[in-house]
Amino acid sequence: MPDTLPFATRFGSNAGQPVSRRDGVAKVTGTATFAADNHPEGMLHAVYVPATIARGRVTHLDVAAARAHPGVVEVITPANRPLLEGDPEAKHFMFAFRFEALQDDTVRYANQPIALVLAETLEAATEGARLLDPRYEAESPRVGLDGNTPYTVEVGAFGRRGQTVHGDVAAGHAAAVQSLDVTYETPAQYHNAMETHAVVAQWQGDQVTLDMPNQAIVMSRGAYGYYFGIPAENVLIRSPYLGGGFGSKAIPNGPTVLAILAARMTGRPVKLMLRRDQMFGPVGHRGATRQRLRIGIDAEGRMTVLDHESLATTSTFDDFVESAANASQGLYAAGALRSAHSGVRVDTGTPGPMRAPGEASGSAALECAMDEMAERAGLDPLEFRLRNYAETEPGTGLPYSSKALRECYLRGAERFGWAKRPLQPRQMRDEDGMLVGWGMGTALFHAPMFQAQARAVLRPDGTGLVETAAADMGQGAWTALAQIAADSLGLPLDKVEFRSGSSDLPDGGVAGGSGHTATAGGALHAAGRDAIDRLAQIATADPASPLFGAGNKGVTARDGRLFVTDDDSRSESYAEIIARAGGSEVIGTGSAARPPEQAAKHAMYSHGAVFAEVKVDPDLYQMRVTRLVGAFAAGRIINPKLAESQLMGGMIWGISFALHEEARFDARTGRIMNADFAGYHIPVNADVSGLEVITVHEDDPHVNALGIKGVGEIGIVGTVGAIGNAIWHATGHRIRRFPIRIEDLLRAERG
Amino acid sequence: MSFSISLTINGTRRDVLLEDARVTLLDLLRERLALPGTKKGCDRGQCGACTVLVDGRRVNSCLSLAVTLDGAEVTTIEGLAQGDRLHPVQAAFIDHDGFQCGYCTPGQIMSAVGLIAEGHAGTDPDRIREGMSGNLCRCAAYHGIAEAVQDATRRMAAEDERASA
Ligand code: FES
Ligand code: FES
Repeated sequence: MPDTLPFATRFGSNAGQPVSRRDGVAKVTGTATFAADNHPEGMLHAVYVPATIARGRVTHLDVAAARAHPGVVEVITPANRPLLEGDPEAKHFMFAFRFEALQDDTVRYANQPIALVLAETLEAATEGARLLDPRYEAESPRVGLDGNTPYTVEVGAFGRRGQTVHGDVAAGHAAAVQSLDVTYETPAQYHNAMETHAVVAQWQGDQVTLDMPNQAIVMSRGAYGYYFGIPAENVLIRSPYLGGGFGSKAIPNGPTVLAILAARMTGRPVKLMLRRDQMFGPVGHRGATRQRLRIGIDAEGRMTVLDHESLATTSTFDDFVESAANASQGLYAAGALRSAHSGVRVDTGTPGPMRAPGEASGSAALECAMDEMAERAGLDPLEFRLRNYAETEPGTGLPYSSKALRECYLRGAERFGWAKRPLQPRQMRDEDGMLVGWGMGTALFHAPMFQAQARAVLRPDGTGLVETAAADMGQGAWTALAQIAADSLGLPLDKVEFRSGSSDLPDGGVAGGSGHTATAGGALHAAGRDAIDRLAQIATADPASPLFGAGNKGVTARDGRLFVTDDDSRSESYAEIIARAGGSEVIGTGSAARPPEQAAKHAMYSHGAVFAEVKVDPDLYQMRVTRLVGAFAAGRIINPKLAESQLMGGMIWGISFALHEEARFDARTGRIMNADFAGYHIPVNADVSGLEVITVHEDDPHVNALGIKGVGEIGIVGTVGAIGNAIWHATGHRIRRFPIRIEDLLRAERG
Repeated sequence: MSFSISLTINGTRRDVLLEDARVTLLDLLRERLALPGTKKGCDRGQCGACTVLVDGRRVNSCLSLAVTLDGAEVTTIEGLAQGDRLHPVQAAFIDHDGFQCGYCTPGQIMSAVGLIAEGHAGTDPDRIREGMSGNLCRCAAYHGIAEAVQDATRRMAAEDERASA
């Protein structure tokens, strides 16, 4: 066991408790300030003009008409836009995506910004944007998975491998006594956080303040500094609240950069808030995929091969390809494993990371294919997965840092009542005559760490202050991180002030990849521990202290006091120690990252098992998810109340993926036909019932000092497949395209 | 042309001179009256983030033109708590974790207050879910929202009973 806990700080005094959100009152009273709630004196409203073609060039904009509209102050087009200092087409830093800042008149996708209108009021800016009435020279767009010639992907999203082979795939196919070869499709999806992307930009000389929702606060400071030719320190990003992120708010984008540029150009503060339809283009999405899965099994139902290919759409000008086939790495003990990716360049905005990038789409196909294989083998789907349970990471042979997947299967199955499931489909009806089906899926998500720093201060009055530029987009970072920090300082939660969400604080790293609590939490923990260490040095060296001579390691921090370990009669409060030492604050610093040698020794994942019940109307084929039980093992859970909410949110994203969400492209224009909430469906409250989450505790000494994995994304992963499988079990129809629609079932029913 | 209207917002009378007939109630609150608690999620009546009470009824403020509301009584999220004392619906949302990012929350809460006042749903979970389905939540805090509305309905009924006893 690595040295994990300082001075026997008791985990469980704060961490582990189901504390309510610390920002709860602000959020229920409307006093939580989201970016677009700011309204500085003299502010202009910006509206960007979206391209209504997907490929070609802009030939005319009626700038005179827009300028003539009362209230319009400025119209920015390629003809008059100031140059950025940094090249928006360059990729100089991590998370740099190419974007349009009115470099020229080219249109690369529908909804790309082609002009920006600034006005005294939002109404005037909106009308000015309409009056520009763009004309185009349009070329025929490339749309969808068959829109262009595919290319092989060597390096996938975020440097993940595009082509991975473990073992002898040909031999695995040859050794199979039964095999499966199926193709699944998943659609393009758009993040659509309820808060659209927004920025309020204010320049003072060569310094800029940006109120914006941001998942990577300190990193973005450097990015905006680069684009505007100013040092990173001159950029202040304030992001106290994010109205959802889901991956899309970590990356600079064209409209935001243009609004900042406009503020510099006009010398006035500028607010830009994207319209809902403008969320379908310049701010990322999940690309569509077509996945071919070939599985072979031996006579005992053990997988001889798992061969997963994925083709995904990406843009014509950047390289993000959904690494869907990698979902088949790390999970089942197949004799041979292959994950192969290809991409197809079409006229859309560049895809980006969207909640469980890769895994969500990949697992949807994999888990349904597993079900199909189990069906052929005549095995219960859970039994089939247990027969292929991996005790070490398939392919690499690495031990798992921890893996309570078996317990997830068993506890989830028990809670759900899985044992009563008939093997054959279309066997169950409810009292109203609805077809009932049960399905399951396994969930897997890697447990990464990034890099973060933090600062912890013990104040003369014995309270604490901790700082790190973390981001709370709803996952509960403000609460869970404060709990970790309070424990590291040996203080109750209400004695610790937590400062976060601003770029002038130590770098809290990226809120993404399900690694934020582990990373920012690790840094806070180290900083608190450093502060206590310093305080202990002062006390144990002070002859006037009851702790004198105890030595650093012989001291325990608890409830605002240092105790001699194993001798509760010798103790002193932080305030007393600090007062005698001259009354100045004691400051600790800390950082967190996973050392590469630690990463090389273990395979690190969160795991889970999801069980779904659906009911299908036998005449209308309307589908409803009526029960969803998810059991997840994700290391130490810092706040069960908030973790459960996040897991449920992920599972509902799974419902959405399985049954609702899909961006539909018009093949003639390349535009998205359903770019609003009337047409782009996400679940509403009535779509969700019977949701249950079980968390299975894991002690993981290897993953990081605190034993934390992550819960932000894994909820979506097994759920999609579980629902697809339940629909098969209810109806006997295997639909290999998501979302599963009424018309798909009707068509299948008619043969 | 300008229009002068007068509204009662959260109990306070506000006289507003509008120089523009295109202003929605939502943008009036957010951009001109410094009440940004009400949120914009779609600006076209599809998400419920902008829900406020107008004369006691829940409405999408993005679909209401301000000039049509002369004399109306408007309650927004900022007007719900009595000083430090949260409205039972607000308290229940915290207790049941009926939100994550909190962006849809003002709309959810105003919608819940309206739903409870309408009295159709009672504590029936299916009816509550149905009655709250005009309010989208991308974080998908639906489980907590439904529980919170159910709990608040009970708490408010109990309070009413105490008050009338
Ligand atoms: S903002 Fe009014 S309904 Fe969406
Ligand atoms: S809490 Fe985030 S959208 Fe509802």
